Amino acid sequence: MTVFSNTTVRCAAQLDANHPLAAALEDRSAIFAMTEQAQDAALRPRNSGGLSHSERAALASRMARLNGEDSLADHFASFLIDGNAAKIADPTFDGASNPRYAALIRHTDLVTRDTKSVTAADITELKDAGISEDDIVRLSELVAFVNYQARVCRGLRLLSDVS
Amino acid sequence: MSRVIQDFTTTVPFWQPRVTPIDLDDASKEQREALQVTPSNQKVSEYVLVLARDAETLKKRTPLFNAIMYNRGGMSRAERELSATGASVVNHCVYCAAVHASRYNQLTKDVTVMERVFADGATAKLDVRQSAILKFAMKLSRTPPEVTADDMQRLRDAGLESDEILDLIMSTSLFGWANRLMHTLGDPVDQSE
Repeated sequence: MTVFSNTTVRCAAQLDANHPLAAALEDRSAIFAMTEQAQDAALRPRNSGGLSHSERAALASRMARLNGEDSLADHFASFLIDGNAAKIADPTFDGASNPRYAALIRHTDLVTRDTKSVTAADITELKDAGISEDDIVRLSELVAFVNYQARVCRGLRLLSDVS
Repeated sequence: MSRVIQDFTTTVPFWQPRVTPIDLDDASKEQREALQVTPSNQKVSEYVLVLARDAETLKKRTPLFNAIMYNRGGMSRAERELSATGASVVNHCVYCAAVHASRYNQLTKDVTVMERVFADGATAKLDVRQSAILKFAMKLSRTPPEVTADDMQRLRDAGLESDEILDLIMSTSLFGWANRLMHTLGDPVDQSE
């Protein structure tokens, strides 16, 4: 796999081996390879615990959308998502009558959009909704990873446009 | 009761978890691998013991973190600490800001830059290059990110090469990840208790 077929690098569609940035990207190919591995660990782990691969993909798509990264959002939406979880990918869906979805979505949106405002009460709210401590950490890593990736995408696109 | 610290500081606080850290004695093989526990390294922070609840991701995150912050070439170590601090200020991760501002101070032997960053954020009076880096890092850290072609041009005008800008993007984005763990899963508390 070359650095240009990496999911995160492909967010900047114009990046290829002929781009002036190619050498700098090649020098950091290990970083992008590790980013791809982290994506697999956060979205499609062997042990998914109480957060299914479908729910992870839908939440990831939602967060990419909130960050204005539509191609990344479409990529995650293309993962196999079962019927029920698919709604989560829509940023206007708030979980409606499913209290577990509502708790996952509320926390995902808050940490994505307004990290600084998160307090201990927000973690308590997840626990009260029946989310286990293992799943709270799994959700936190998923949210944190996708917010990292969306920023790399935005930065790469901007850098490759100008250079 | 220990006091939760609200204001930015270069004195690294304690980190008090909101989720129970795993007990190292009960850790699975995968968790021990992710924690990089060896006979000579038995000291693991509570933060990492919380993250061990998702061992698969932790195992990938640690080497990635080190590669982005410490790989050779490109933007200097100190400037990566500046971008990490800029992100941490936006996300109000007091603990992360303390760790990375103090590393910046150690590397540069200059405490005035971080004093100004903590006091004035993106409008801090810094030299042209530092200011371009800080502004870019803080704008990239918003949701959605607010960086524009003008911000990129300011970096170029300040003399940053493409590989340095790439390191700036990676180190800032990495703190979009780290801040979202550290600031949400625990509290920075006073060490004096």
